[in-house]
Amino acid sequence: MATQTQERRLAFLATALPPIVWVIAFFLAPLAIVWAYSFGQNVGLTEVDISGTFANYLRALQPLYLGIFAKSIFVAGLTTLLCLIIGFPVALSIVFASEKWRAWMLLLIMLPFWTNLLIRTYALIAVLRTEGYANFTMEWFWNQGSWLMTLVGLQPLGDFTPLQLLYSNFAVVVGLVYVHLPFMVLPLYAALDRLDKSLIEASLDLGAGHLRTLWSIVVPLALPGIISGIIITFVPALGAYLTPDLLGGPDSQMIANVIERQFKRANDWPFGAALSFLLMYATFGAIALRAYFSRGKPADGHGI
Amino acid sequence: MTDTPAKSFAKPATRRSILKGLGVAAVGISLSGSKYAWAAEEEKKLNFYNWDTYIGETTLADFQKLSGIDVNMSLFATNDELFAKLRAGNPGYDVIVPGSEFVERMIQADLLEPLDHAKIPNIKNIAPEFMNDAPFDPGRKYSLPYTWLVIGIGYRKSKVKSTPDSWKVLFDSDEYKGRIAVMSDASELFRNCFKYLGKSVNDRSPELIKEAEAMLIKQKPNIKSFHEDNGQDLLLSGEVDLVMEYNGDIAQIMTEDDDISFVVPKEGAMRQQDTLAIPKGAPHPENALKFINFIFEPEVGAEITKTILYPSPNAAAVALMPESYRNNPVVFPPAEIMAKCEYPNYLGPEVTRLLDEAMTRLRAA
Repeated sequence: MATQTQERRLAFLATALPPIVWVIAFFLAPLAIVWAYSFGQNVGLTEVDISGTFANYLRALQPLYLGIFAKSIFVAGLTTLLCLIIGFPVALSIVFASEKWRAWMLLLIMLPFWTNLLIRTYALIAVLRTEGYANFTMEWFWNQGSWLMTLVGLQPLGDFTPLQLLYSNFAVVVGLVYVHLPFMVLPLYAALDRLDKSLIEASLDLGAGHLRTLWSIVVPLALPGIISGIIITFVPALGAYLTPDLLGGPDSQMIANVIERQFKRANDWPFGAALSFLLMYATFGAIALRAYFSRGKPADGHGI
Repeated sequence: MTDTPAKSFAKPATRRSILKGLGVAAVGISLSGSKYAWAAEEEKKLNFYNWDTYIGETTLADFQKLSGIDVNMSLFATNDELFAKLRAGNPGYDVIVPGSEFVERMIQADLLEPLDHAKIPNIKNIAPEFMNDAPFDPGRKYSLPYTWLVIGIGYRKSKVKSTPDSWKVLFDSDEYKGRIAVMSDASELFRNCFKYLGKSVNDRSPELIKEAEAMLIKQKPNIKSFHEDNGQDLLLSGEVDLVMEYNGDIAQIMTEDDDISFVVPKEGAMRQQDTLAIPKGAPHPENALKFINFIFEPEVGAEITKTILYPSPNAAAVALMPESYRNNPVVFPPAEIMAKCEYPNYLGPEVTRLLDEAMTRLRAA
């Protein structure tokens, strides 16, 4: 029997070792290096001396950078809220769709993942810009409306002024919601799919309306999934830099843009590392909050 | 494309780099035969790290035909990306195209290999001014000019009242409110502001940075976008009517749209060169020298110039170009204006940090 346990242990080691090595070599080790950098200072152009200084963190905690953190948290929070508002009905309709439709709807949600983020963002530029598809569409409706008004003998509407949609905070939020919606829909779908449908039937049988059932039955039961969705959406949205870079206006700077500049233009890796780790601590905080919310719940209620 | 350098780097044929890695190359012990054999039989490969749309259509194929050397070209988007890639050790590039300011920075950081001019006889084709006037690389020990460029204002002719020949329209005026875009690079933006304020692009006084910052914060409501070096797209798509951009980028879109023009402001501007250089630790240095020499062939230079339309320092190549290129005031701005333009020096980490902080405050304001 001893040999069998030994064999099992070997089998376990053989299967567990690659992922462990992977996690250490490609996740923990690089992260540790960046963490160490955050306590360092530049020596010359290419060397970082890890001197244990807190100067980078002190600089990162200046009002200037805290303000940018606050703005980033606000933008990411707004993105998450919009994703939740849009994603919840979508997830609900996927769950209640017929078997055949469900596969197609899930495919539609995941399809954008197969396209590079940069290409999707450029596509949004083509939609939102002054001479873009959004404005073309509105102009068409405007002209039709104008034509209708002359038809009924009223003054025409005058010339259409294109809306300035691109290069603004509005465009950044639109871009972030568009990119992160699947991150919200998928965990919501997973949570709602596991929900015992007979509970909903019972609620409706016992006289609760649809809204009441949604609020009192569906939402509380799907709460772990909702919280997972919120975190999975919020964390990458907080670290977004491509979207504000390409869609943002003069003041759409998010913290990840500042971090990117430290590693590139400013060539100040220690400061960039400190800013990154402040972001990491915020992320850990969010996950701790999730643990706090799901504390004391039965284990099977947990989301992803 | 980006994985190709790593791939060839891993090939066993690069014995030199393995030895270098072991730290015994300098001792000169030959393990098998003569060490000269390695140099002569350098693998027929070259890893070229270049900007996008920055080479002639047939250049790489022509070089392969002539020398049998296969060129893998990977692309970078900014000098910072290039520097960030190389600062932790050369991942396998043989020829790179750093801007002049970064040449200085890379020389200081000991990232570039000196060029053996004797092996690049086509240096004779380069206009002498580019060999002599290069404060960022005196004597051109480490870099040779590939193109030169100057920042100015690209504009849509039908949307301006008069030629916008001053930085004022971009930096200090609400005349074109909401229709202007400036560069998002702190160095390019602020140091051209220095020119507008009557100072040198190489001025390093913190007060001047403050002054430029205050001016730009005041100007910010009039600015539509801080662009990531895609100003020509913003101008071409009608998103803005005036844009701060390099002459070569505007020259490219002028072939698509007659209504676009370019001017170097009368206050002068920052000029740059993009150069060819060999980074330290290049796996194929001999091929790299052959390639650089090839680029300076007159016909090759002309082929590249026809595609990218940037001003070429290769006098022999320019002579082969049509009249319309040689007399193009966008490609070759008037000499009296160019006399006011300056190459930027690398100002050191302290000024870089001050500029970055000013930029962060400007974007957050």
